[in-house]
Amino acid sequence: MNAFPPNDTDSSIDIGEADAETAAAIDIDREKGNFSFKEDYAYDAGVGLNAGAVDYITDVKGEPDWVREFRHKALKIFESKPLPTHWGSKDLENIDFAKIRYYLAKGQKPSRTWDEVPDDVKETFERLGIPEQERKFLAGVEAQFDSESAYSRMKEELSKQGVIFVGPTEGLKEHAEVFRKYFGKVIPAADNKFAALNSAVFSGGSFIYVPKGVKVAQPLQAYFRINAENFGQFERTLIIADEGAEVTYMEGCTAPKFDTATLHSAVVELVALKGAKIQYITVQNWATNVFNLVTKRGVAEEGAEIRWIDCNIGSRLTMKYPAVVLKGEHARGEVISIALASENQTQDTGAKMIHAASHTTSNIVSKSISVGNGLASYRGQVHIPKSLSHCKNNTECDALLINTNSRTDTYPAITVRGSQNSTQHEASVSKVSAEQIFYMMQRGLSEGEAMSLAVNGFINDLVQEFPMEYSVELKRLVELEMEGSVG
Amino acid sequence: MPTEILSPDTFAAQQNASPLAALKKAGWEQFQQLPVPQRTNERWRFSNLNHVKLEGFSLPPAPAKEIQQELLQRSALIEKVSGKIVFADGHLLGEVSLAPELHAQGVILETLSAAAEKHPALLEQYLLKSGTDLGGEKFLALHQAYLKTGYFLHVPKGVEISAPIAVYNWLAADGAAVFPHALVVAEENARVNVVDFYLSRDESAKGFAAAAADIHAAPGAGVFRKVVQNWNEQTQSYQIDNTHAENNSTVTTVSVNLGAKRARFENAIRLNGSGSNVRLYGLTVADQDQEFDQRTLQIHNAPDSYSDLLYKNALLDRARTIFSGLIRVAPGAQKTDAYQTNRNLLLSPDAEANSLPGLEIEANDVKCSHGATTGQLDTSELFYMQARGIPKETAYELLVFGFFEEIIEKVDNEELAGVLRTFVQEKFKRRSAKNLLG
Repeated sequence: MNAFPPNDTDSSIDIGEADAETAAAIDIDREKGNFSFKEDYAYDAGVGLNAGAVDYITDVKGEPDWVREFRHKALKIFESKPLPTHWGSKDLENIDFAKIRYYLAKGQKPSRTWDEVPDDVKETFERLGIPEQERKFLAGVEAQFDSESAYSRMKEELSKQGVIFVGPTEGLKEHAEVFRKYFGKVIPAADNKFAALNSAVFSGGSFIYVPKGVKVAQPLQAYFRINAENFGQFERTLIIADEGAEVTYMEGCTAPKFDTATLHSAVVELVALKGAKIQYITVQNWATNVFNLVTKRGVAEEGAEIRWIDCNIGSRLTMKYPAVVLKGEHARGEVISIALASENQTQDTGAKMIHAASHTTSNIVSKSISVGNGLASYRGQVHIPKSLSHCKNNTECDALLINTNSRTDTYPAITVRGSQNSTQHEASVSKVSAEQIFYMMQRGLSEGEAMSLAVNGFINDLVQEFPMEYSVELKRLVELEMEGSVG
Repeated sequence: MPTEILSPDTFAAQQNASPLAALKKAGWEQFQQLPVPQRTNERWRFSNLNHVKLEGFSLPPAPAKEIQQELLQRSALIEKVSGKIVFADGHLLGEVSLAPELHAQGVILETLSAAAEKHPALLEQYLLKSGTDLGGEKFLALHQAYLKTGYFLHVPKGVEISAPIAVYNWLAADGAAVFPHALVVAEENARVNVVDFYLSRDESAKGFAAAAADIHAAPGAGVFRKVVQNWNEQTQSYQIDNTHAENNSTVTTVSVNLGAKRARFENAIRLNGSGSNVRLYGLTVADQDQEFDQRTLQIHNAPDSYSDLLYKNALLDRARTIFSGLIRVAPGAQKTDAYQTNRNLLLSPDAEANSLPGLEIEANDVKCSHGATTGQLDTSELFYMQARGIPKETAYELLVFGFFEEIIEKVDNEELAGVLRTFVQEKFKRRSAKNLLG
């Protein structure tokens, strides 16, 4: 039996060897990320959200009673809060909370060695193109498959330094003392409807504690995956940098494509104690059926620094406004944000800087690109209350519109009181100039190439802020998005 | 006879005689249906709604003869005018005056009630056609219900009014409610220059004002409008302006806001014609517990149009200001050139400046930008002046008045600029510069 005819009889793939080689060399694997595996989940909380589902999650995870209480309280808050009214998009109303599965996991405990990782999970990583060698370079890889940590491992020297890098379930059981002190304190369950949802059903994410004075040299990374239809992923990340500590955390997301909407609603809390530095880097590239509704906030104590470096390329609707509460004098907060809204996408992003001590400074730089009918919005808040002095904020928002039907909105809100405080906000909207494109085309570039070069130039200064491998990836993603965007 | 403005009897009593009856009735019905602004309404973000009170105001009778005489005499802030109207407590004082040569050229200047009798077709075409997108619907509906004391200024094709028409609106009786309206229509290639004054007879009478303006600039027309709001600090002021700019028209408005306890100003500009050119300038000096709530909308509906907004606020004591501006570029309005700038000068640690500069852009070939800054006087500039022997207090005054001067000079009328400088100085006289410096 021969299911496949021999190559030489198939004229449709009859191309010269050199051509095929060239094609392979210049082509990109477009199917990457466009796949799914047969679902085989050991644990499943069923469809819909109720007290039973919450109990189920707590039971499966074997969590202590205080967590069960926390989850139930959050569920009640979630049920009582209305959906946001004048936020980014009416699309929110299309989320059917009763049709979402709130928990499923492979049932495995976080594993420390590569051998313990199940084969189909390894295959997912393989398809994602994460080479095994790369992981060895990474200080610690927390690879998350659906809602439970599939693999986590730390280099020996990090453990020796006392750095904790685990999932939240392990964190709340093994490191209860430090976990409980900060968990849900930066972002209480009642903060907003989606923070409440996350607090009720969270699973997966990371818990990191960096002890006093420890400077983690290499970034800690986590890879996230969604791989089940109609499945919401509710990571919960808590990072604590003790006095004088320094840490960089990186998360990147890709997701297989599905027909029905997927909900992703993470909560990320950062605590930078006196003189500590936390840098949190995100590259978000969910499939275009994902609702990405995320609450991210950090508290910076005296002399501490928190930087959110955020890039949003994927998803159907993203609503994300990383915040820094500048709680101690001389604290510093920064948000660097890139958003790319392609056809049928809404990127509703922004930043919040809440000054709560004198002599604090904050900086926001946001650049967005709208392609096709894509909508990129900047929503920001800068708050300097009475009784503070010598606070400074600088905000810059630039938007680039590619097509005639592209759209961009900017909605900052700035409140200033007190003495010797100053804020400045600037925003501009522009398009790629016809002259630039003409100049490049005259030198032999196609219109598409010229456009991606111009767009890459527009965001270049922010892309530099990302680590090397991310910035290379970003440039390629922009090129991909710009293909066919002109004409 | 009942006079409380919220009473249906008050509405009915003033309704009978009016030729604008249908329009007013529609306004009254809308007013009943519309909710009082809520804190959750984005259009009222940062507003202190405790100060929004409709109860306790009434339609007063015409002021006594001697008060009328006094107010007519005081309605002479600028001498060189080509026409004048004086209203007090919702009543016309004296006669409407208009330069004979303008009358001969067909310029119409009438009270709204008179215009409703003589020019019903024109009113039908232009009066209260656009509503407001800025949150003040309920106040605009109330204005419409009590529409009476406005004026209608119509300038025919090609006619130019160079010296301004001055319109004075006075609040005199305690608890008085007034509803001034400005309807200005400049036909093709006409030029019009108008100043509206909002003033109080004394510092103590409580007052309520819901003013509105409809400004129409036909193709090629030029409209230059200045509004000086200097009600006393016992007044609640609402002001809802709508401007329509057609092809190649030029509209410049200068708004100076000094008075009222709480003043809300909604200013919407619709650039409907290509080549239209609109400039909006605002100066606010806020002191004591004053709150100035400014909401602006620059809507670009046509390609190749230009708009520029500059609103400057200076804040003293415990004053609050809100600037919420939006540039909206409609799909297809390519080559739009739009700017928006808000500068807040905090002269007291207890003052609060809120800034919400917004953009909604639905066309790609545009140049749009906004900037908002909030800060104190530049200490290095103060130091520089002191180093050259200028006393600190003088240096301070020079810098603060320099901040205002950028807007004051935009009125392009030395007489009026002088009036504005005096008003601002009077406000500052209440405290010495020494106190300000702390």
